[in-house]
Amino acid sequence: MNPSSLVPFPPLIYLFAGIFIPLVTLRWRRLAGWLALTATTAAAFFSVINLLQVLKQGIIPYRFGGWIPPIGIEYILDPLSGFVITVINLIALGVIVHAHQSVKAEIKESRWPPYYALVMLFLTGANGIIMTGDFFNLYVFLEIGSLSLYGLIAVGEKKSPVAAFRYLVMGTVGGGFYLLGVGFLYLVTGSLNMGDVRNILPHLQVTAPLVVALTLMLIGLGIKMAVFPLHGWLPDAYTYAPSPTSAIMAPIGTKIGAYAIARIFFFIFGIRLITQIVPIAQVLAWLSAVGIIYGSVLAMAQNEIKRMLAYSSVAQVGYIGLGLGLANSFGFIGALLHIMNHGLMKACLFLVAGNFRLKLGHSRIDRLDDSLRRSMPWSAAAFTLAALAMIGVPPTVGFFSKWYLALGTIASRNWLFLAIILLSSLLNAVYFFRVIERMYFPWRGSSQKRTLSSPAPKNESQEVSLGLLLPTLIFALALIVVGFLNVWLVKTILTKALPAGF
Amino acid sequence: MVNATTYTSLVPLLTVLVSLGAVPLIILSSRRPNLREFWTIAAGVAKLALVVSLLPSLLRHRIAVLNLGEIVPGVDLAFKADALGVFFALIASSLWLFTSFYSIGYVRGLQEHKQTRYFAYFAVCLSATMGIAFSANLATFIIFYEILTIATYPLVIHKETEEAIKAGRKYLAYTLTAGVFLIAAATWTYLLAGHLDFIPGGLLKNIPFEPKTAWSLFTLFLLGVGVKAAIMPLHSWLPTAMAAPTPVSALLHAVAVVKSGVFGVIRVGLFVFGPELLRRFHLDYLLLTSASLTIIIASFLALKEDNLKRRLAYSTVAHLSYIVLGVGLISSPALLGSLLHLAFHATMKITLFFCAGAIYVHLHKEKVSELDGVGHVMPWTMGAFAVGSIGLVGLPPVNGWLSKWCLGWGAVAAARPLYLIILILSGLLNAAYFFPIIYRAFFRQGETGKTGEASLLMVVPLVLTAILSILLGVWPDLGFKFFKIAHEVGRVIFGGVS
Repeated sequence: MNPSSLVPFPPLIYLFAGIFIPLVTLRWRRLAGWLALTATTAAAFFSVINLLQVLKQGIIPYRFGGWIPPIGIEYILDPLSGFVITVINLIALGVIVHAHQSVKAEIKESRWPPYYALVMLFLTGANGIIMTGDFFNLYVFLEIGSLSLYGLIAVGEKKSPVAAFRYLVMGTVGGGFYLLGVGFLYLVTGSLNMGDVRNILPHLQVTAPLVVALTLMLIGLGIKMAVFPLHGWLPDAYTYAPSPTSAIMAPIGTKIGAYAIARIFFFIFGIRLITQIVPIAQVLAWLSAVGIIYGSVLAMAQNEIKRMLAYSSVAQVGYIGLGLGLANSFGFIGALLHIMNHGLMKACLFLVAGNFRLKLGHSRIDRLDDSLRRSMPWSAAAFTLAALAMIGVPPTVGFFSKWYLALGTIASRNWLFLAIILLSSLLNAVYFFRVIERMYFPWRGSSQKRTLSSPAPKNESQEVSLGLLLPTLIFALALIVVGFLNVWLVKTILTKALPAGF
Repeated sequence: MVNATTYTSLVPLLTVLVSLGAVPLIILSSRRPNLREFWTIAAGVAKLALVVSLLPSLLRHRIAVLNLGEIVPGVDLAFKADALGVFFALIASSLWLFTSFYSIGYVRGLQEHKQTRYFAYFAVCLSATMGIAFSANLATFIIFYEILTIATYPLVIHKETEEAIKAGRKYLAYTLTAGVFLIAAATWTYLLAGHLDFIPGGLLKNIPFEPKTAWSLFTLFLLGVGVKAAIMPLHSWLPTAMAAPTPVSALLHAVAVVKSGVFGVIRVGLFVFGPELLRRFHLDYLLLTSASLTIIIASFLALKEDNLKRRLAYSTVAHLSYIVLGVGLISSPALLGSLLHLAFHATMKITLFFCAGAIYVHLHKEKVSELDGVGHVMPWTMGAFAVGSIGLVGLPPVNGWLSKWCLGWGAVAAARPLYLIILILSGLLNAAYFFPIIYRAFFRQGETGKTGEASLLMVVPLVLTAILSILLGVWPDLGFKFFKIAHEVGRVIFGGVS
């Protein structure tokens, strides 16, 4: 089989799954989860195949319907898209396995088919954004992803429709900004194909419409990525969405925005344009730097694990933005690595938060106590490990992100950014150890109270079932294994995924 | 001069893994305490044997190395059992064995909770310490250094009281901050030098430097390793961390953790920067000044501290800076003194902590002012305490005199007699805060309410470390050839042979 014909498989698989799930489940409702799982497995499988292929033979373009670009739509499989799509789909696989049971607990049975269909459409959007080589097509996938996400958020707890509405407004504005930017770009270049635009741009004068196009696209994608101060939709959406939604949205949603920014600004517009002519990279770096501190500080003030993790995401997305904005190879590699690392960490943390909700009925920090270490030892351990990874303790993945980003800041002699990255890992320690202390140590004499008033804690384990535990633990394990693999990943994949000009 | 050759060996890795491998066994046998403690002891014996097995070839100038492949770009996860590494590993692994026996007596005597966790993390800490000792480059060093930071935390908060949890927070705040400084320093060094391998005489030796860069980088490093080395003003976590059980204080807060800090100072000073750079940019003054101030101030703080363990902690702070001072003097005898003090302070201070723990377990006394007459009840314990104190004051025949002698000699050899005066002054202060304890214990009468010594599992180790301290004072090459190895380190650095 011609290897290039496999290129569009991942997004197409999700798209068909998204359409078929509601149809098939008219008769067999319980099949929804299994179909989603099958589709995700297949998509992950083909992503891996594609990645291996691209590493072997370099960039593989795929032309839909055989139309030659710029007339037709083109998909580009290069090391960057191959890497990110593999990461996203493997993480999605773990989350879907977990969702198989958490959906049952949090969502009414009648809603399973539409819920899974929306998950599939969300992943269609994510995969499409990664693969596409067309500006307008990217917009379409952006909206597919966002629209399905609104639905996924809105089925959560009481306040979730409000959170979804807020995201709907901001997401639509973001999409609108992006589309406007594309319009301006089309005005200037006369093309919507990314490769085409890349070839045309160097021959053009930098004019106001081009600057406007760049700015609008940055704002639009910045909202999707939740770069400070465009993150407003994120905390509520993560908090009030049902656990499976948060778990799939947190590791994947914002990363797609980050990927789009990396792709469009660094590969298409080029380093020179966005650093020397229009200071897009610098703006991104500074906003991200502020976001890192802002997110970390607000995360400390939260009392709900999911909300804390949400603000932590604002900060962590800042790492990615900062790495990209440094516009050097270390920073870029650090950012790409952090897309993966943060995806793994957040997936693990949100799965644990989901486990807590299932067993305890809540995930409020002030109501956690040290009975957890007996009743849910594995979930607590996974949380602790992921927390250490977030802090950046070696040999977990977080340490290596920090290492590359630190190299990037020093290489560009930006001591303030270095200080921010390092300070942020300490702030991470503050808010994660707050939770760890509660999970493991008796709190303010709570142990005495327990012996006096209530019966002694049961020694028996109330750990969640294996189907929930296994993905959690696999993510936790991956935090260490992937850490050791970082040099291999960087050498075999990421150094090939650098834009020209570093 | 003999050039050292290297050979590939799994031994450095095995020394790291052996106690790590014991952790699952310890956890699995949590319901059978005797079996569980057997694993600790077995791992301790195996670890010591492995380290000792490195000795013969080391003395023939053959260095064991092991390379596990790149861990961060351009830097391998690599081990190298050079003289300095083996020296440190010998101290830590031999004293772990003593501490393990003592720990058993201690936790059982107090019927401590969560003993499994205690022994498990102890083993992890020792793995990390071995990793630090045998790191061939800065990246590997940092990885184990940070693992040590995290693995010590559950031991610091072991009691899970409010005080212990606060101590744990303070400990983490200090050490994690240090960790990020170290990462900043290491990444910067990498961009300057292109590699991070420890090289005797300094990996940055041939890099052109602006004075400002050199000072900033060195300060970053010092902030990184200085916290565990408890150089003032980075020391204050250490007295607070005395909330930990006494064996933890004894091994980790007098040997493994804090000595990892000074070990880091030695690595940074002599293997990253190197004597030449230190002299050229007057970085040695930074070491000398901070160390001298620490020695004097900590001694005074020890003087007014009534809590015995905290007094010992301040004494540790002061004595760690002896070692830093020896590095800062940049002379061969001073370095010899430094290294000997690294070993000898360990045997003496661990003895003192063991004694403090034995008194606490047996008589539930923690304060110096309560120790009247304890010497009559626990003569062996207080006898050992006297030996340790005499050693730390710097009087023969206990080993402390020898390291101090070398340090003083180094100060004179480097033509910096001021530091000789500081050493002498510090010796007097040591006498001032230790001898009253001995006086109270033996020459005053007091109510203790109990008779006899603490359990043999505690008394035997502390008597042994006291005897060891005396023997090493008379015969420093006894057993592990501390003197010879320390001499070898100095030769490698100042003899210009790598």
